Amino acid sequence: MRVRRLAAWTALPLAVTLGLAACGSGGSGGGSSDPDAAVRIEIAEPQHLVPTNTNETSGSQVLSALFSPLVDYDEANKPHEVAAESVTSSDHKVWTIKLKPGYTFHNGEKVTADNYLDAWNYGAYAPNGQNSSYFFEKIAGYADLQGEKPKAQTLSGLKKVDDLTFTVTLTEPYVDFKTMLGYTAFYPLPKAAFSAPGVLAEGYEQAPIGQGPFKMKGNWQHDAKVEVEKYDAFPGQKPKVNGVEFRIYQQLTAAYADVLSDNLDVIKTIPTENLSTAATDLGDRFQQSPASSLQVLAFPTFQKEFSKPEVRKAISMAIDRDEITKSIFKDSQQPARSFVSPVVAGYRENTIGTAGSFDPAKAKAMYEAAGGPKKIELSYNGDGGHKDWIDATCNQLKANLGVECVGNAEPKFADLLTKLKQKQSVGLFRMGWVMDYPSMENYLGPLYSTNGSSNYYGYSNPQFDKLLAEGARAATEDEAIKKYQAAEDLLAQDMPVIPLRYGQNNFGHSTTVKNVHVDLFDRVDLLKIERA
Amino acid sequence: MFRFILRRLLQMVLAFFGTTLIVYALMFAGQGDPIQALAGERPVTAAQRAYLTEKYHLDATGVGGFFYRYVTYLGGLVRGDLGQSLTGRQISDILAAAWPVTVKLALIALAVTVLFGVTAGVLAAIRRAGVFDHATLVLTLLVLGIPTIVLAPLAQYFLGVRWPIFPPTAGAEPSFWALLLPGIVLGSLSLATALRLTRTSVTENLRADYVRTARAKGLVRRRIVGVHVLRNSLIPVVTFLGVELGNLMSGAIITEGVFNIPGVGFNLFRGIRTEDGPLVVGIVSVLVVVYLLSNLAVDVLYAVLDPRIRYE
Repeated sequence: MRVRRLAAWTALPLAVTLGLAACGSGGSGGGSSDPDAAVRIEIAEPQHLVPTNTNETSGSQVLSALFSPLVDYDEANKPHEVAAESVTSSDHKVWTIKLKPGYTFHNGEKVTADNYLDAWNYGAYAPNGQNSSYFFEKIAGYADLQGEKPKAQTLSGLKKVDDLTFTVTLTEPYVDFKTMLGYTAFYPLPKAAFSAPGVLAEGYEQAPIGQGPFKMKGNWQHDAKVEVEKYDAFPGQKPKVNGVEFRIYQQLTAAYADVLSDNLDVIKTIPTENLSTAATDLGDRFQQSPASSLQVLAFPTFQKEFSKPEVRKAISMAIDRDEITKSIFKDSQQPARSFVSPVVAGYRENTIGTAGSFDPAKAKAMYEAAGGPKKIELSYNGDGGHKDWIDATCNQLKANLGVECVGNAEPKFADLLTKLKQKQSVGLFRMGWVMDYPSMENYLGPLYSTNGSSNYYGYSNPQFDKLLAEGARAATEDEAIKKYQAAEDLLAQDMPVIPLRYGQNNFGHSTTVKNVHVDLFDRVDLLKIERA
Repeated sequence: MFRFILRRLLQMVLAFFGTTLIVYALMFAGQGDPIQALAGERPVTAAQRAYLTEKYHLDATGVGGFFYRYVTYLGGLVRGDLGQSLTGRQISDILAAAWPVTVKLALIALAVTVLFGVTAGVLAAIRRAGVFDHATLVLTLLVLGIPTIVLAPLAQYFLGVRWPIFPPTAGAEPSFWALLLPGIVLGSLSLATALRLTRTSVTENLRADYVRTARAKGLVRRRIVGVHVLRNSLIPVVTFLGVELGNLMSGAIITEGVFNIPGVGFNLFRGIRTEDGPLVVGIVSVLVVVYLLSNLAVDVLYAVLDPRIRYE
């Protein structure tokens, strides 16, 4: 009897829990069948929501809802005008940008040329510490805005012509400038964004005012969500959904679980651990589209043992790219045999030629003839999930070249870069590149030109630098591409890096949305998505 | 009693500054290149580097630099300013947003522990060597053997996705219902420990002289177990739970990640990953206060449970 009483006390909480469970299961459908409900898209916590300070995908996804770009890219990744009426230049040095009339900011302000000039000047001014300020470095007067106490407040290359027209003068002619304008950094800012000329109003970032198809609904709720709703006065192409809730996730696996149970509509990146089951879990709601990223193994060419191109080519030949992308990446990436990604105009297949074809026998003979090192180290950052493919690559090199090979994990990519800058011996190291704008130049200039911002391998070829400069000054885009391709051929001869894989967007969506497209910048196309 | 609490509070001030110094020193020593860590694999422009270096005094290095930065930090702390994280957000704002949900989660976990752990522990002790006792032994060993990193995704998959009893994730402003599953997962580990502790303690006390006396005097069994034995058996359990409350709040990194709860554990993890010194020190400082307070509460509770314990 007494024991039974105690048992009752134990049973009570259990019963309450189960009872609650029964109630809960009824309510937790998500309620997403409502056609007017906002679509829910997964992002990570953005670092910033000011256009010139946003250079990661989560922030630019949110800004793509709030702003409308001057140009956007078509199926062939060529730029076409959106908020701009026309972007023209006769010499590729002085560009005239005409704006479409009728655009207003979400607070009612008319969009004028001044809004662009204010935003760009703010972005380029060094003391503002904007992440994307380097996008303006091609504009005349950029140098005067650098340093601790810059000489000027505004770019001398920006001139207003009338309310809807302004000109941009570059320091050097640059044929791809129009292509650049599609990037997040080139959005305008309303007068309301500034508390004084050149001073961003405090709190603007918490609820950015743009001129795009959606406006903010409330403030940016850090670590939780950013909500936007349709902006009715938007003159451009109207979105098909009433609003978007960008829901912030810390782990992709959590977002994946939510998509499976229709609690979330779009996950932009399927987590690696779920890739093998995604096709069965989601069926045709698991989709892939090309992305701009390129993964390479780079050589510290300043080190003697890797200074011969034959050694570098032999290592490339000893790696079976197809096998690794298939067995390790489950086809979530594609094998790469060129230095630029297939997503840009001017891409050619297999520019590295024989160095890209897997041939262990030939590789070994070539490696031994060139006197390659007996021991190879592959360095990578341990926080990015690279161990598996590095180990697989190492095993291939061991088997095919008869060398010793070890993977060396640095805690973070920053640690790897610090070692490289001090020219410490790290062996081969992995690098990834994501483009800023779809142009061949963006894959070549920063990575391989002598003063390139991400040239960590000490590669320097005057002929290459010259070809790139000629390409930028070329009269037409097609001529520029020819020069860039010639430059790429030089890389194929020298092999400062081994191209390994092109990235892909591997995304999934719930049963309640359709027409989901993820673009080259890892952003969901908000004008196309609709409720199913 | 008053003097005891006062003395403990004064000790807490010392302990607080001591821990901030140690944590600050550790973050300082382990700091590589926080600016690059923030940017990931993207190149950082010279202008951006100069801006952040100046804003966060990142150029102050060495022992002198350490004390300069620590004193600057303490100065802000005394004025109630926890500083800014490397992404420019006020750390006090981050903490204000993160704490409520973590506290809720920890309390649910603690409630689960007490409700199931202590009750089942008492039951197992009364029916020692019975089916229930053996069953709980196997179950608790199982739970103790599975790390949270396995248990949490499994619970999420089976109870959230496969059979949608609970929502798979909780989010930033979760309902009690959404927090229940993560709370159970988080509490399961301490539940197992609490169960074993209670069982041992109750078993021991059931054989004590005072229980025999009580029985001889004709007291009903319910009263013997419910009042006399339980009260005497709870001291080790309460000690454990006091420490555990702090653990539940700081140790929820995995659970908060899996169930997408933007609480303290996640922010701590993010701070460590991005080498965000001020953020980590800010969170740890508050955690230290939580530990100290819960330990003080436990010490005071001893006197309630056992009147023989005096503080002087």
